Amino acid sequence: MLGLNNKKDFTLLLVVAALTLLAPFVLNPFPSDSAMAQFNAGYPDLMQRFVIFGIFAVGFNILFGLTGYLSFGHAAFLGVGSYASVWMFKLLSYNIVPAILLAVVMASIFALLIGYVSLRRSGIYFSILTLAFAQMSFALAYSVLSNPKFNLTNGETGLQVYANDPQVFHRAGLPDVPHLFGLSMRSTYTMDVGAWSFSFNVGYYISAIVLLLVFYLAIRIFRSPFGMMLRAIKSNQTRMSYTGLNPRPYTLAAFVISGAYAGLAGGLMAAMDPLAGAERMQWTASGEVVLMTILGGTGTLIGPILGAGFIKYFENIFSKINDTVLHQWFAFMPDGMEDFMVFVIKPFVGKGWNLTLGIMFMLVVIFLPGGLVEGGQRLGKWIKNRGKSKDSPAKTEPAE
Amino acid sequence: MSKSNFTRRGVLKTGAVAGAGVALPTIFTAQSASASGYTNEPTGSNVTLGFNVPQTGPYADEGNDELLAQQLAVEHLNGMGDGGCLNTFTSKALKGNGILGKKVDFVTGDTQTKSDAARASAKTMIEKDGAIMINGGSSSGVAVAVQGLCQEAGVIFMAGLTHSNDTTGKDRKANGFRHFFNAYMSAAALAPVLAKELGADRRAYHLTADYTWGWTQEESIVASTEAMGWETVNAVKTPLASTDFSSYIAPVLNSGADVLVLNHYGGNMVNSLTNAVQFGLLDKLVNGKDFKIVVPLYSELMAAGAGENIKGVLGSMNYNWQLDNEGSRAFVKSFGEKYGKPPSNSAQTCYAQVLLYADACERAGTFNPCGVVEALEGFEFDGLGNGSTLYRAEDHQCFKDVLVVRGAQNPTNQYDTLEIVEVTPAAQVTYPPNHPMFGGDEASLGECNKGA
Repeated sequence: MLGLNNKKDFTLLLVVAALTLLAPFVLNPFPSDSAMAQFNAGYPDLMQRFVIFGIFAVGFNILFGLTGYLSFGHAAFLGVGSYASVWMFKLLSYNIVPAILLAVVMASIFALLIGYVSLRRSGIYFSILTLAFAQMSFALAYSVLSNPKFNLTNGETGLQVYANDPQVFHRAGLPDVPHLFGLSMRSTYTMDVGAWSFSFNVGYYISAIVLLLVFYLAIRIFRSPFGMMLRAIKSNQTRMSYTGLNPRPYTLAAFVISGAYAGLAGGLMAAMDPLAGAERMQWTASGEVVLMTILGGTGTLIGPILGAGFIKYFENIFSKINDTVLHQWFAFMPDGMEDFMVFVIKPFVGKGWNLTLGIMFMLVVIFLPGGLVEGGQRLGKWIKNRGKSKDSPAKTEPAE
Repeated sequence: MSKSNFTRRGVLKTGAVAGAGVALPTIFTAQSASASGYTNEPTGSNVTLGFNVPQTGPYADEGNDELLAQQLAVEHLNGMGDGGCLNTFTSKALKGNGILGKKVDFVTGDTQTKSDAARASAKTMIEKDGAIMINGGSSSGVAVAVQGLCQEAGVIFMAGLTHSNDTTGKDRKANGFRHFFNAYMSAAALAPVLAKELGADRRAYHLTADYTWGWTQEESIVASTEAMGWETVNAVKTPLASTDFSSYIAPVLNSGADVLVLNHYGGNMVNSLTNAVQFGLLDKLVNGKDFKIVVPLYSELMAAGAGENIKGVLGSMNYNWQLDNEGSRAFVKSFGEKYGKPPSNSAQTCYAQVLLYADACERAGTFNPCGVVEALEGFEFDGLGNGSTLYRAEDHQCFKDVLVVRGAQNPTNQYDTLEIVEVTPAAQVTYPPNHPMFGGDEASLGECNKGA
């Protein structure tokens, strides 16, 4: 269906569609008054982040998962996309359509230039080249291009829309925040069901629909002859050259496609929150998308989305747990015990969220080299084989 | 296998439809905001404040100190502890029973000193935790970014440590308020002291962190020192990520300058000052005068980081715990008793901001941001540690005395790193709201936004 010959792929698309469209329910499992509400993630900002970083990671995976080229500078494209969108907001209007289009175009052009140079090398040299380009873009955005005479990026403060910007298509009656033909990205419908409260946000659903589209596109790329060619590059580039095929156009195409995905993510990010900061381009941001992809499962379709969700969840939920919250949790214990528990857990939450994430990452890489997807497959297999006798050998399927 | 069957006509048709779609005016009408409510109107018996400070990254020390002060403020508001500045505050609206009878809760977040992360964290507080006010920040970039967000979302932003002119200058917002002083005030307070201590015919060399805050500070210092007769030999921008400034210090020696102005903050300042001292700049005699170093924006935590090198170096501060007035004594006492150390100036500004917000709600009789804005505009108060202070209505900037400080020559204990040279009266650092360094006539607060 939909040109997906493989039934499994179609199911995967359906699963992703169900997960994203029902996210407000799935992510808010706890009643809003309960102590566990701390772990609810179903509020607009975080849900938007889940899908936007999902798009970013899916695109990154087209390059890294298929060709094996590890780019350490993908955040640069995200940043370029964001800056392009905010400029469209400043010059034209708050409508997100032209903004996102320009974001994709600019990021692709940028990716073409950087890719053309970087792809002349492979392996670690390629990674270092992309890293260098990204850091260069960061420095340009942070200070060079934000001097008072030629202010393209507004430096540390971040590019934002001011009341005295031209906005030639802006009219009274249109919302003063990014919108899609008048439908504000911020508008949220809150549904209260008993003790639960679910929020449905316009911005989230637009991002989710975009995620579904680009996820579908990614499946098609994975299954196409072009995707096959990219896999051939990963398995043995030398052999491929000797058979008479020039791998460079393929790698460059993959690089530009994944750059366009990053630009799209950057554009959406600016559409949800009209500010573009230079930190988006920093090497830590580039490293984050590598982590997302590896954590979720390199080269798998759904892995990067899971990885992105996992990391953003930690960043936003665990960093919020402070002393007071911990004391509330353990309030039922005797005093000494309570303080002890808080003392033990404290380094791993709040400002220590990085530590917890690091530990999880290590555990995943050591015990589940295929990422969360492998974890899911093992769990599925275990459940399937539980009832059966032990001697029936489990059918092994390679992780994609 | 995929097959494509694009025809010329088909492509044209699709293009036309898509074009018409984009050109269409508003299809979906903007929803009218609900009549009376405002964002996160507290309905239960509690009210939630959001404390958004850097807990990781280069300014983590400042951020954690701010957090301590904010927690102390909440305690005092809820009537626990010794009440701190509630007893000395000239406005007596706060009773120690929370705000408007509602118990004060708070949530915390990590800005990571990044505008993006700070906005994400603030959004979480507003959307998920129902925070009605955001307080904190240790960097001007972050403060400006979060202030913009709060304006859009319709909550109040009480800035923490932010020193750039822009926060209440060209980026001022109706929902944002700053208690901390700014680069212009630093310059205006420092200039007369510099003239008195170093003479009026000095030649200055600037090293400036290459971003918004650095530029506004350099601009301010250059303007006020040149006005009193100094000459600016050179102003060099240094990349923000630098950790070694030797290559920038060497040219200073041959430039004929006899004063080095370091427009750096945090770790940058600690490193550049250490480099300058290592090069023996302070022992030099140039143009027949002793070479001097000036650090316009000081903090206790930076002074502690720079150690011995800070001795005799001049700078300015918003507040210092050694300040001897009723409010300051009360605050230092309760902070010291709770945490075993004196508060830093970033801690004091956050403490004051939380109390000011709570007091404004009490006086306005509502949490409605527009009511709070009205209550804070033009508000005059005393007893929070800085002496008599005015929240100016035109730009939401506090006007109060500015401290000129010097690295202590003979510190008696580890907290006694700075000594107060002069308390510059507020009148001397006041400027018109449409000052060119603050966005000129174009800068405006806009309308207060109470959200949906």
